[in-house]
Amino acid sequence: MEPKLAFAYGAIASFLILGSLFVVATLGISRLLAPRKPDPEKYSIYECGSEPIGPPWVQFRVGYYVYALLFVLFDVETVFLYPWAVTVRALPVFVLGEMIVFIAILGLGLAYAWKEGALKWR
Amino acid sequence: MSGLLWGMLFGLLAGTAIALAALFGVWWERKVAGRIQMRFGPQEAGPAGLLQTLADTIKLVLKEDITPRLADKRLFRVAPLVVFTPVAMSLAVIPFAKGWAPLDTSVGVLFFLAVPSISVLGILLGGWASGNSYATLGGMRGAAQMVSYEVPRTLAVLSVVVLAGTLRPTLLLGRFQWWWLIATFAGFVVYLISSIAEMNRGPFDLAEAESELVAGYFADYSGIRWAVFMMTEYGSVLAASLFGAATFLGGGWPFGGLLGVVALLVKAVLITTLIIWVKWTLPRMRADQLMRLCWTVLTPIALVQLLIVGAVVPWL
Repeated sequence: MEPKLAFAYGAIASFLILGSLFVVATLGISRLLAPRKPDPEKYSIYECGSEPIGPPWVQFRVGYYVYALLFVLFDVETVFLYPWAVTVRALPVFVLGEMIVFIAILGLGLAYAWKEGALKWR
Repeated sequence: MSGLLWGMLFGLLAGTAIALAALFGVWWERKVAGRIQMRFGPQEAGPAGLLQTLADTIKLVLKEDITPRLADKRLFRVAPLVVFTPVAMSLAVIPFAKGWAPLDTSVGVLFFLAVPSISVLGILLGGWASGNSYATLGGMRGAAQMVSYEVPRTLAVLSVVVLAGTLRPTLLLGRFQWWWLIATFAGFVVYLISSIAEMNRGPFDLAEAESELVAGYFADYSGIRWAVFMMTEYGSVLAASLFGAATFLGGGWPFGGLLGVVALLVKAVLITTLIIWVKWTLPRMRADQLMRLCWTVLTPIALVQLLIVGAVVPWL
């Protein structure tokens, strides 16, 4: 592996480790210092005083799923745009035209989702 | 091996920087909010109340850490970690001067946009694992909102990438030219709005809307675990401000060297102040307005911005 790349991976790994350690250490300090007095009332769910009825883990509206789908669609298309953005100066002009077509298709998809009411929050 | 050590050192610095920025950020937010509401804000602890946040932190550390009986305990405990770590990691690639960032990689811009999105998982986990209806709803809302605003944000940053022709943040900073400010202005506005929405801050704080959802996904978190969520929020404000200043506002431009770093920090503080100002001035949006703004206003604007910039580039 190229040494610079190894450096980058090492640095990313250590950021990951240290970011986690930072949280774990704060939690550890708190664990040492904070009091612990268990009480059934204290460990109940906080819903402004009223007793929770049934578990909260229920089926959710399909609308959230539609947004997730739209996100995946657009994010993948954006990922395709990034390599183009980096090399656009080196490429011939007709590639720009192709990218305009690509963005237009992207816009068309958005317009379709819009027309079908997928973007409407109910 | 030395790479790992250097990275550790920078990681330690970044962790400390987030903690300090959170301390300073909370104080600054309370001061600005106070002025907006014709109050003074904190002023008792330390000079101008500067130590107030430190006192609050000590209080939070000494608080009992409560895990609700009905919660999914393991997920509940790990969620703050999943929220915080990606934001800490994203700070690694922010360029401070031409050719210098804690971590200088050729895909830094992509890294900055991609890694903090992992926080969504933590928010979903935290909300779901609490075993609380409000928290679950808050987590779902937060996730839908964060993934949605991811799209205009990524597209907006793309316009700067097209002009600079690189994904290396330190190089991007060096290639800045003054007219980019005008050419990517719409992109900057989209970036700013969607960044605020990304970190679930007012007026986009539907996920934690205290008047309807108590506190949303962290309703059942207390003490230090709650503080980790808040620290993440200030960490994201810091990251978004610094990155916005470094890419859209040209980093240290028009200065170079050390003065440039100062200029970058000043710009970042200005953006932070703007973010705070927006939060304390505008009322919270409705869920349907939020989604409409994202998909039918910001995303098309970002696409048009990209087209304009793309059309300009071949004539340079």
